[in-house]
Amino acid sequence: MAGKTLYDKLWDAHVVYEDNDGNCLIYIDRHLVHEVTSPQAFEGLRLAERTPWRLDANIAVADHNVPTTDRDRGIADPVSRLQVETLDENCAYYGITEFNMNDVRQGIVHVIGPEQGLTLPGMTIVCGDSHTSTHGALATLAFGIGTSEVEHALATQCLWQKKSRNMRININGDLPPGVTAKDVVLAIIGRIGTAGGTGHAIEYAGRAISDLSIEGRMSLCNMTIEAGARAGMVACDDKTVDYLKGRPFAPRGEMWDRAVEAWSDLVSDPDARFDREIDIDAAALEPHVTWGTSPEMTAPISGSVPDPDTVDDPARREGYQRALAYMDLKPGTRISDIRLNKIFIGSCTNSRIEDLRAAAAVLKGRKISGDLTLAMIVPGSGLVKKQAEDEGLHEVFLSAGFEWREPGCSMCLAMNADRLEPGERCAATSNRNFEGRQGRGGRTHLVSPETAAASAVAGRLVDVRSLQ
Amino acid sequence: MIKPFETFTGLVVPLDRANVDTDQIIPKQYLKSIKRTGFGVNLFDDLRYLDPGEPGQDHSQRRLNPDFVLNQPRYQGAEILLAGENFGCGSSREHAPWALGDYGIRVVIAPSFADIFYSNCLKNGLLPVVLDKDAVTGLFRDCEARTGYRLTVNLGQQTVATDDGRTHRFEIDPESKHRLLEGLDDIGLTLAMADRIRDYEKSARQRAPWLF
Repeated sequence: MAGKTLYDKLWDAHVVYEDNDGNCLIYIDRHLVHEVTSPQAFEGLRLAERTPWRLDANIAVADHNVPTTDRDRGIADPVSRLQVETLDENCAYYGITEFNMNDVRQGIVHVIGPEQGLTLPGMTIVCGDSHTSTHGALATLAFGIGTSEVEHALATQCLWQKKSRNMRININGDLPPGVTAKDVVLAIIGRIGTAGGTGHAIEYAGRAISDLSIEGRMSLCNMTIEAGARAGMVACDDKTVDYLKGRPFAPRGEMWDRAVEAWSDLVSDPDARFDREIDIDAAALEPHVTWGTSPEMTAPISGSVPDPDTVDDPARREGYQRALAYMDLKPGTRISDIRLNKIFIGSCTNSRIEDLRAAAAVLKGRKISGDLTLAMIVPGSGLVKKQAEDEGLHEVFLSAGFEWREPGCSMCLAMNADRLEPGERCAATSNRNFEGRQGRGGRTHLVSPETAAASAVAGRLVDVRSLQ
Repeated sequence: MIKPFETFTGLVVPLDRANVDTDQIIPKQYLKSIKRTGFGVNLFDDLRYLDPGEPGQDHSQRRLNPDFVLNQPRYQGAEILLAGENFGCGSSREHAPWALGDYGIRVVIAPSFADIFYSNCLKNGLLPVVLDKDAVTGLFRDCEARTGYRLTVNLGQQTVATDDGRTHRFEIDPESKHRLLEGLDDIGLTLAMADRIRDYEKSARQRAPWLF
């Protein structure tokens, strides 16, 4: 019998029941709750007179609607305010732990999970948010769910799922300097497409992945959903264990030792079988950016905007044409000639301390271009913000001309006041460049924190390596 | 509570583009609602209206984009959406199937769907039908050629039939089909297995006590 993949192991350890058609009731160890996708689930619970199955498996935080300025004045938009207050009320009513807006531990749900040690290897983790795949960086099975499933997870601590197929993406060799986890994942999505991982769970492997920090692995796993796969993951290793040790919700003492021993099995067996395997040469990768309105529309920073006429598939060609019209770009334009209006460094993809350090390293002693109307940094959590300030990073950002904001999802999806105006062009470290994502008519280029910082200095998309 | 899915014949509206994401189906500003209903008027908001939309607006006063299919007179009252590949990709927001359902769509037919969206549809009595690419291309052609184009969807038989008698069969997981046909409450069914969940917890607590 062939060995098991990491995904097989995580899956098998959580099956409560399997019917004859392969539908499995799987147990959920951790449920993360935020304000946008939970109100209707709590309402459903109440209407059916049900209660949460296991309170301590849930943790809640408001992140999508929260303002990133003047937080002591509360939320100005009454609709946003009501949604956050509804989360507060629901958590108080049922007794679910919540980090409220003025708690230093508040932040983007996918940043605070690992930061607090709420995310532990071997867990199943769900959240009403597609970027839950982030937590797979710590050898978990983590995936996004809809609101009906949020209600189901609250009421039963389980979900009905069918097992996905196994895919492994090997990033072999060493990444060149200036090429980050974000560039790797943009290159992967560019290669396999936004539906390339549909129906699969993706494990990332290879030396370049082992060499990534845990935070880099989070950026990578975060965007797995942009390749169509609900879950992405990386095997547990010494870095995983070191990252978690001493975190507030991580086990301690003898329990820690037992956990660490169990976690050593959270790797794919050498003879494990994958349904699909992809190999990528790390050394050949460059910094990547997106030029269009889908995360698969990527190009290396040294490249150009493609010509739709060279695309054979009619649906794809039409998609390219629509994207170029929306983005106001012409075929053949060099990526490094694309001028920018705004810069956004933040989001569950790239708002952790290493992201901020990387941006600060580029910005130190430099000023942002006078052509920009706004450059902002939104840390992923209150604790990331505090750490950055302890290291003096905020002074680098402020003296370069960046705004230094309060933590939240912010301009990744513009549910709060932070957004692009029609026609504005932004280099963003977030995860989606869909039409209107950052504001109606706004144009998004997805980049790494390093590229965002370098592009802020240049006022256009630029190869960070040209600044160093 | 979802209503049982019954066989019906409905008007078809075609949206011939690939990778339609859930941000397009229902833009983020409407996700601030704490209700499940009322999203239909904002379905495809950025494509459907020429002016920017905000929650709480009187949407009947907004400027419609006459070029967008949902605004064309021939497609008013449509109950079946014909869509392109990878429909519903991106955000996991269940507001997307809520908006489609609230508008009056009961079936979406496409060559492929994004996983989370597909699952969210099933939880809301909205039937996602996967047909092969050639079949969908044929339906697009016929739908655009003939005003009043209707299809009959029979979940029991797993078929989509044209009014001239051609039938396309589709696959669906038997359990999902059963739940849709009966309008069953997932949570109630799972809670009937509460003992199994408790047994699992007992053994997991021994195996990995740090998770409890």
